[in-house]
Amino acid sequence: MRKWQRSSGEGEEGASVKGGGSEERTGIEMNVVSRDKVESMGSMEKLRFILDGVKSGNIVVLEGGLTAEEQMKLIELTMLEVDDSFTGIEISGYPARRGLLNLRKKTRLTIIGPAAKMKTIKKDKDLISAIISTT
Amino acid sequence: MKGALSRLIMALFFRKKSVKIGIYGPPNAGKTTLANRIIHTFVDDNEDMGVATEIPHETRRVIKREGVLIDLKRLILNSNSNININISSSSSNRNRERSTRRSRGRGRGRAKLMFDIVDTPGLATKIDFRDFMAYGMEEEEAKRRAKEATEGVIEAIKWLDDIDGVILLMDSTADPYTQTNVVIIGNMEARGIPVIIAANKIDLPDATPQRIINAFPQHRVVPISALKGDNMEELYEEMAKVFR
Repeated sequence: MRKWQRSSGEGEEGASVKGGGSEERTGIEMNVVSRDKVESMGSMEKLRFILDGVKSGNIVVLEGGLTAEEQMKLIELTMLEVDDSFTGIEISGYPARRGLLNLRKKTRLTIIGPAAKMKTIKKDKDLISAIISTT
Repeated sequence: MKGALSRLIMALFFRKKSVKIGIYGPPNAGKTTLANRIIHTFVDDNEDMGVATEIPHETRRVIKREGVLIDLKRLILNSNSNININISSSSSNRNRERSTRRSRGRGRGRAKLMFDIVDTPGLATKIDFRDFMAYGMEEEEAKRRAKEATEGVIEAIKWLDDIDGVILLMDSTADPYTQTNVVIIGNMEARGIPVIIAANKIDLPDATPQRIINAFPQHRVVPISALKGDNMEELYEEMAKVFR
């Protein structure tokens, strides 16, 4: 079973979908989070949301993405939580675009998954190819 | 932006006597080999910053060496006076570096740079103890190494707050367009910290430093071999220019 959910923002508690009742999960859950939702969260809230999702085995896709500083902080947080069962994250994103007056960088999209399940195989400025293992 | 602005103001009005230069990059890019090369060239032939091996995350703590002076004028004079020695001891790795320096002539590079060199653990987003077991380690040792490696990554990130310039080392035989490289560059740009990208391992047959140049066109990329000493003078010149 493969589950997809897109979060539209207001009034939602993230985009996580859990297997309900006695239904057994056999696939990968993917949480696609809207720009509105991403922008409504503070930095730490965002990172916690991502890491909790990824540690549960989910793929998290953020519309609008993470800034370089947030990504560095995410790496730091991830390292604090690496253990025998959680080996870390795979993170990929489209390169940022320069914003107004070439000053502010605007991120476009970031995809984060558990390192044990996701592997980026190719990336350029407009394409990310990844293999997601279901085993 | 705020960090970048304050750095600019500090750089304009308060020039430091010595700057801290961090060597950053993914595991196994050759960071410790480069640090050792710099120390051998400018401090002491017999001093090492750390041990370099093929096992990833060999460096798991940040190592700092203070008071390294890049003196390009002296380097060129020394290399000119060492011509006979170079010819007679062709087996030395350093000969290649000296030969490169000789070939570049006397006219270039008069700058000096006093700096502290900071060799950092490789930045990674994943660390699996099982990867170390592939190198013949027992499970317990592999787990301990993995734990230390995670701490090393955190320490390397924390050190970015105290760094004045970064040499971002990439492996010329590997895909440069990893998120780790992108994140390091993005953070340096946001903090206003100058970066030189060194495309290492150009001595290997499958090295393609041009891929790194193409991937990061907005940054200066210097192809080098830290192990063999190839093109090191160009890196030193760039360091003296960019990190002053």
